[in-house]
Amino acid sequence: MERKKDNPIVSLVSRTVSPFIMLFALYVIFHGHYSPGGGFQGGTMLAAAFILIRLSLGMEISQLQFKSRWATPLGSAGVLIYFGTGLVALLFGGNFLDYGFIPFSKVVAENRSIGILCIEIGVAIAVMAIIVSIYDDLLEGSSDD
Amino acid sequence: MKVVNYLIMIVFCALMIYASLGLPNRGDAYADLNKEKSLSQTPNAASYYIRNAKKDAETENMVTVILADYRGYDTLGEETVIFTAGLVCFLLLRKEKKKNGKKKR
Repeated sequence: MERKKDNPIVSLVSRTVSPFIMLFALYVIFHGHYSPGGGFQGGTMLAAAFILIRLSLGMEISQLQFKSRWATPLGSAGVLIYFGTGLVALLFGGNFLDYGFIPFSKVVAENRSIGILCIEIGVAIAVMAIIVSIYDDLLEGSSDD
Repeated sequence: MKVVNYLIMIVFCALMIYASLGLPNRGDAYADLNKEKSLSQTPNAASYYIRNAKKDAETENMVTVILADYRGYDTLGEETVIFTAGLVCFLLLRKEKKKNGKKKR
């Protein structure tokens, strides 16, 4: 994508703000056990941080941060983390997605807590990658770079 | 023709407003959904979740437990829907570069 004019204010502000958005997104994901939040919200905010860089600095520079061709494999990996957590529970003798059977620790309730964290991370990775991927695809379809 | 459209819209609007008058108030403890037993005298799911969410999963946030644990299949389906949407965008909008003889991705 050809950029007509460099705007130092836009690039500086977006580069400054983007890491903080990512930090807050991670907080939302990992604090989803105790406060409103979770994988979907945190993943969307991570994607917002990436898209902010893509909007302000252009496609070529932002490829250094997050390559477009990583997006679809990462999305698949997120879905597979979720599915794999359920499958591991199945292998350890429980029902599908019954995290109490995964032996993270000795207490069943803690196993379920850690299982919830695992699938939240999977959801966050998938949502982040897919939103960035949709943005990239739309941009690629509209312009002939 | 336009008059008929507006008429249908107004009638539906009135119907919706009339139906919404019959709903219980938000947070009404004595509404049928919030009672211990449902209308058919079977135990309600909501009261089970409220009592046992902390005990079952060591997690303070009840919504997270319901979303990821009790209703895990549902969330797996939601994630698959998002993934499918991304995949469809990828397949429809991706453009292969044929000028240089190599694909872009």
